[in-house]
Amino acid sequence: MRNPQLDARGELTHLLTLEGLPREIIVRILDTAESFVGVTEREVKKVPLLRGMSVFNVFFENSTRTRTTFEIAAKRLSADVVNLNIDTSSTKKGETLLDTVDNLSAMHADMFVVRHSTSGAAHLIAAHVGPERHVINAGDGRHAHPTQGLLDAYTIRHYKRDFTALSVAIVGDILHSRVARSLIHALGILGTPDIRVIGPRTLLPTGVESLGVRVFNDMRQGLAGTDVVVMLRLQNERMGGPLLPSAQEFFKYYGLTPEKLAVAKPDAIVMHPGPMNRGIEIDSAVADGPHSVILPQVTFGIAVRMAVMSILGGS
Amino acid sequence: MRLPDAEALCADLVRKLRAAVRPETAMVGIHTGGAWLAERLHRELGLTVPLGRLDISFYRDDYHKSGLHKSVKASQIPFEVEARHIVLVDDVLYTGRTIRAAMNELFDYGRPESIDLVVLVDRGERQLPICAQYCGATQAVPKGAMLRLGRDEGGRLALRLDA
Repeated sequence: MRNPQLDARGELTHLLTLEGLPREIIVRILDTAESFVGVTEREVKKVPLLRGMSVFNVFFENSTRTRTTFEIAAKRLSADVVNLNIDTSSTKKGETLLDTVDNLSAMHADMFVVRHSTSGAAHLIAAHVGPERHVINAGDGRHAHPTQGLLDAYTIRHYKRDFTALSVAIVGDILHSRVARSLIHALGILGTPDIRVIGPRTLLPTGVESLGVRVFNDMRQGLAGTDVVVMLRLQNERMGGPLLPSAQEFFKYYGLTPEKLAVAKPDAIVMHPGPMNRGIEIDSAVADGPHSVILPQVTFGIAVRMAVMSILGGS
Repeated sequence: MRLPDAEALCADLVRKLRAAVRPETAMVGIHTGGAWLAERLHRELGLTVPLGRLDISFYRDDYHKSGLHKSVKASQIPFEVEARHIVLVDDVLYTGRTIRAAMNELFDYGRPESIDLVVLVDRGERQLPICAQYCGATQAVPKGAMLRLGRDEGGRLALRLDA
């Protein structure tokens, strides 16, 4: 079966997941993003590539940051951008997901950026729209968040250059994290030899080792000698539930403090997809410290999304 | 087909340009062949403003037909474009579309005072009203063939024809 993200010539036409993508496609996106970083330093921070095209940001689940960076990326490519926050109440009016998409297609959407709480929503839309329309998954349930995985990979490459000698630790709520899944796939495809996940047993999916990662429940053991530490956001709504006793206890065992970070390599970088919970998964001294590359991640995220949109828009 | 000797054309361009440039003249080469030629001219003419390089992939007019170029390089313009005289350098002038794209990109950095175009070879067949102020040679090439500048490990420039 053909990868649903690729067209008959093997070119990327949708970006739904990083799982199973050829290495050269990922490298091409990262290389293209590098060229877009310079565009934002010019007097006119725009290039004309997507002139005349319409990008619809369709968010069935709220996310100000991701939606904003997609919006900026599309505008810097000269596209027209329409933002739609479709909360569950409007779908309760009875319109199905695909009816919504058909309506937007009738408004001449060329590209859909979709976030949905259900895993597989972006795939469903991609299979439904015609070949001249492109779909970017901006996060679907627990499944994937490919542009976040790509911007994380971009950030790691920017600071560490070569993936084939790296040790990368991903810490926290792996179970609910599409960010973790996408990053693990990207790192694997790019040849990272040592990928670790660190967290309490209740927040690690069973069988996570099958993704090619090493599992640690003890944070100091897991962080020892790592080049890159990726902290995940602990979603507040999971606090106090059956999986987690309290924020204080989580911070004690899995919060990234300067003391815990000291066992990583001296030049280790610390990343976080945002929004951060200071004092829960990360200490302010680390978040604002010399190892942190959390704000550059946001800037690189725009260039990476410009790269994805410009490759899809021309396919 | 006998192609002109790129090294001889290059030396000829240096002679033609010497009277026209000042040390503060800014030069920009278009990736990849134009940037190689510009590196050479910039050095031989002793220009002091650092050389600029443009990759025009983000400004091409065939994006909607052919998509984004496979290997895009970053453009680098390490000087203020606003109100400056700029010498734009490319290896082969053909339809004129590359030059249009390059000028569009330059204007996104600022408003230059003026732009002169320098090319090693003009192969004719223009589709846009663009001409070179300094040209090494004119050379007709069969339609569909690609005339390109190459550079060997020793830095020698040579023209070649790809079918």
